[in-house]
Amino acid sequence: MFAYLVRRVLYAIPILIGVNLITFFLFFVVNTPDDMARMHLGMKRVTPEAIEKWKSERGYDRPLLYNSAAQGGDKLVDTIFFEKSVRLFVFDFGSSDSGRDISADIGNRMWASLAIALPQFLIGLLVYVSFAMLLAFFRGSYLDVSGVVLCVILMSISGLFYIIAGQYVFSKLLHLFPISGYEPGWLAWRFVMLPVVIGVFAGLGSSGRLYRTFFLEEINRDYVRTARAKGLPELRLMFRHVLKNAMVPILTGVVVVIPSLFMGSLIMESFFGIPGLGSYTIEAIQNQDFAIVRAMVFLGSVLYIAGLLLTDLSYTLVDPRIRLS
Amino acid sequence: MHARPSLLSQYRRSAGRLLAAWVVLMLGACSDQPWNSPYPPDQAGQNILYSSFEERPNHLDPAQSYSANEIVFTGQIYEPPLQYHFLRRPYALEPLVATGMPEPWYLDAGGRRLPDTAPEEGIAFSIYDIEIEPGIMYQPHPAFARNTDGELIYHSLQETDLADISALGDFAATGSRELVAEDFVYQIKRLAHPRLHSPIFGLMSEYIVGLADYADTLKQALQDELPRQGEPVYLNLHDYPMSGVEVVDRYHYRIRIRGKYMQFRYWLAMPFFAPVPWEADRFYTQPGMKERNITLDWYPVGTGPYMLTVNNPNRQMVLERNPNFHGERYPAGDDAADREAGYLEDSGKPLPMIDKVIYSLEKEAIPYWNKFLQGYYDTSGVSSDSFDQAIQIGSGGDISLTQELIDKGIKLNTAVATSIFYLGFNMLDPVIGGDSERARLLRQAISIAMDYDEFIAIFANGRGITAQGPLPPGIFGYQEGEAGINPYVYDWTPRGAERKSIEQARELLVQAGYPNGRDVQTGKPLVLYFDTTASGPDDSARLNWMRKQLQKLDIQLQIRATDYNRFQDKMRKGTAQLFQWGWNADYPDPENFLFLLYGRNGKVEHNGENAANYSNAEYDALFERMKNMPDGPARQEVIDRMVEILRFDAPWVFGFHPKQFVLYHDWYKNAKPNLMANNTLKYRRIDPQLRETKRHAWNQPVVWPLGLIAALLVLAVIPAVVGYRRHENRRVRTVEG
Repeated sequence: MFAYLVRRVLYAIPILIGVNLITFFLFFVVNTPDDMARMHLGMKRVTPEAIEKWKSERGYDRPLLYNSAAQGGDKLVDTIFFEKSVRLFVFDFGSSDSGRDISADIGNRMWASLAIALPQFLIGLLVYVSFAMLLAFFRGSYLDVSGVVLCVILMSISGLFYIIAGQYVFSKLLHLFPISGYEPGWLAWRFVMLPVVIGVFAGLGSSGRLYRTFFLEEINRDYVRTARAKGLPELRLMFRHVLKNAMVPILTGVVVVIPSLFMGSLIMESFFGIPGLGSYTIEAIQNQDFAIVRAMVFLGSVLYIAGLLLTDLSYTLVDPRIRLS
Repeated sequence: MHARPSLLSQYRRSAGRLLAAWVVLMLGACSDQPWNSPYPPDQAGQNILYSSFEERPNHLDPAQSYSANEIVFTGQIYEPPLQYHFLRRPYALEPLVATGMPEPWYLDAGGRRLPDTAPEEGIAFSIYDIEIEPGIMYQPHPAFARNTDGELIYHSLQETDLADISALGDFAATGSRELVAEDFVYQIKRLAHPRLHSPIFGLMSEYIVGLADYADTLKQALQDELPRQGEPVYLNLHDYPMSGVEVVDRYHYRIRIRGKYMQFRYWLAMPFFAPVPWEADRFYTQPGMKERNITLDWYPVGTGPYMLTVNNPNRQMVLERNPNFHGERYPAGDDAADREAGYLEDSGKPLPMIDKVIYSLEKEAIPYWNKFLQGYYDTSGVSSDSFDQAIQIGSGGDISLTQELIDKGIKLNTAVATSIFYLGFNMLDPVIGGDSERARLLRQAISIAMDYDEFIAIFANGRGITAQGPLPPGIFGYQEGEAGINPYVYDWTPRGAERKSIEQARELLVQAGYPNGRDVQTGKPLVLYFDTTASGPDDSARLNWMRKQLQKLDIQLQIRATDYNRFQDKMRKGTAQLFQWGWNADYPDPENFLFLLYGRNGKVEHNGENAANYSNAEYDALFERMKNMPDGPARQEVIDRMVEILRFDAPWVFGFHPKQFVLYHDWYKNAKPNLMANNTLKYRRIDPQLRETKRHAWNQPVVWPLGLIAALLVLAVIPAVVGYRRHENRRVRTVEG
């Protein structure tokens, strides 16, 4: 298994280089170093000299990918791409284009993202599994049909609508939660509840329907029929046998997202004023801060790869027949 | 034998526990505060103003900050020598930390003093002697902290000393010291620092003697010091003299300006010329500080009424009353309108009136607006999303608040901004530009066709007034009524200014040699090109509107959308034809608008702000005469002539001056808008008790819908549970055959 893990880690390196290259291309297709300088220096009374100075101080005065003026290996090394990418691989994110330490910012903002993402993940899992079990338990009844219709409706609505409608109903009309804002520490719960409720509700349609399928698949298996024939009560059958076996595909699908919880939610954080990593990324894109954008995309990729690795490991835990080699 | 608890009962018990925890949490929330309050309970009833920021300010260093979202903070913290009078209109300067208004005196090229009435041509230098009030102290700051031996304790920090430091507040000791003239000189020198990108360095180096050379001196000094100090390099600017600024005595300094530049006094009211103590510069330049985001750009040090105590751009920025503030009184006035509006009630009272200002990160307009309506923000602008909910426009174009807002006691202030948005013609273009009669008539025809009244109604919700020339209201030289209309575009009628008919524009087009939009010489249709950076879906309506305006004259308009960088490049090279641009006043002087069309500011030739590359010898001569004249009938006469030249030549379609709408609750006092001053926070007052009462009245929680939802859920499940039980209890019956 160790060899397998080492191999997967080594596979990750070209993937990360590729992701970095794509990010680099996409960013600089839309923005140029001159745009970035203007964005940071402001629009008024900015001289071409000031723009050149800004680029030079941050290393954006080099060629993007290939330096024909340099000699030997410097043709590739003395470029913006190499200079800005190589330190990422030792998780040295450096400073943002406005001079702030990116690692410190990530360390600060990660907790706010987790404050929403973690409860949303755990409560969501509980609610979706319960809801899907309820539908599977009453399969074929009006409750199941209505539940599936509800799921399809919920899936068809944009996530943004849930946020705006949730703020309108629970905060503006019913005055139950603050519309937006954040306090660190335990006081955060007042600000976290509404986004969590909205996040869970927004995911109910797709997850509920998917998990219902897992349960129905399990319910129709032979061992369930045998247990039922032997007189096992339906409720015990569901909780003791069906739930346990249906959790295998559910858990393996869920493990992959665990590391990504750190990255936060882009829209949710923006609308609720949550100072997490999601809003950090959005702000960086708006401010054309390439240093932050590449750091966040890189971090997201690393966490996603870690999630996939964890998924592989979780297979071996939930299904003893699987061996990683 | 005990029966094992069923899974259902276990499930019920867990749900019961969760519900109990929820109830406990909700009871915990049942403090005095409404449930939806975004603020901690201990802030209730306190003298705190609540505002927001949409994006973090890039710079708080007074040498660098220029944007409006930065000056919101620096204006309250730093004190330049002068400020704008809060109440007086037209805008007028008054001393802030200076003892009086500095009056320049003049020298000829030989250094001999000239009389104040000396002709401008003979003036080689203007000297500004500025004396400051003694006894003004800086805010408490670790840069000033000294031990019992009088040594600065945080000026030789090692990496180990910074181990537990992550923010400025982590330094245990603070100190202060008196403001001296040397601090103002230090800051002027900082404008030339090569590590700072002061946006006014280019402009000021044209005027302040020695500033341009000083930048070279400091660049060399940095190179010399780098091998010795390593990064970061601290340069004690006292060691590098500059010819144009000098300390005369402890409270008196002198600035030497090249030639005569009357507008310099306005710059003395901006944070660029506020004092910076050398201790702060030294303190922040130590190794390890920048890595912790502890910089002057992040934690300003000033003498103003407020100091920045929290700077968490991820969540909140907090200004608190500076305990060392030297004191100032709310101004007196005798304006009847001010008295009626209640702006004089606090005359003579000590400033500032608010203890603390909390700016929260608010990225989206909708949550901000809803929180304003709930009383959690004290003031608000009016975004397009909320315009219909806030404002109603009568049949006569009169603007008022909706009943919902009136019932809440919300009030509205409007003010025409000292800004202009215009459509520019590139005067270097062979078709639309130049001094030929043909091109001029074409520009005049387009000026009539571009109906900016319609534009304001459609795209700005009526928030603006059409521009009759380059000067907005509130700036000396602006003329009201019939005298102020652009006679080439408008006619004066008993109903006011009315745009000339499109037939008149067509007639001009015929005279220009483009009947029905076709060139009589070539027979080809006239196609014009509009260069813009607007290419998003939101911009398409605006661009279509522009096309339609020119279609009225059968002129085809091609949109050339491009990114900002390419657009700037085109403007620099003069290859654009039509473009849209804007200008926001730096100071309330006509020079700050009329210079936008001064020939020597041409963008292509001189890289200046004259984006139209307009050049007219008479206009340029008048501009040079006007710029240093005192306000009065003579200056008005010159300005009138300059504006007439511009209207006739039409290098711009004078677009519109935007109108600012500000809503505020009735507990917010002294809300008079002052679009020039950036330090108005100290004059504002709030009534926290009234705010508290209204917040409670407006935000009572409504819980019955939750019960209703729960009941509906239960009702939906009950039949299914009943059905399940019936199914479980069903007995198998055997039929004997």
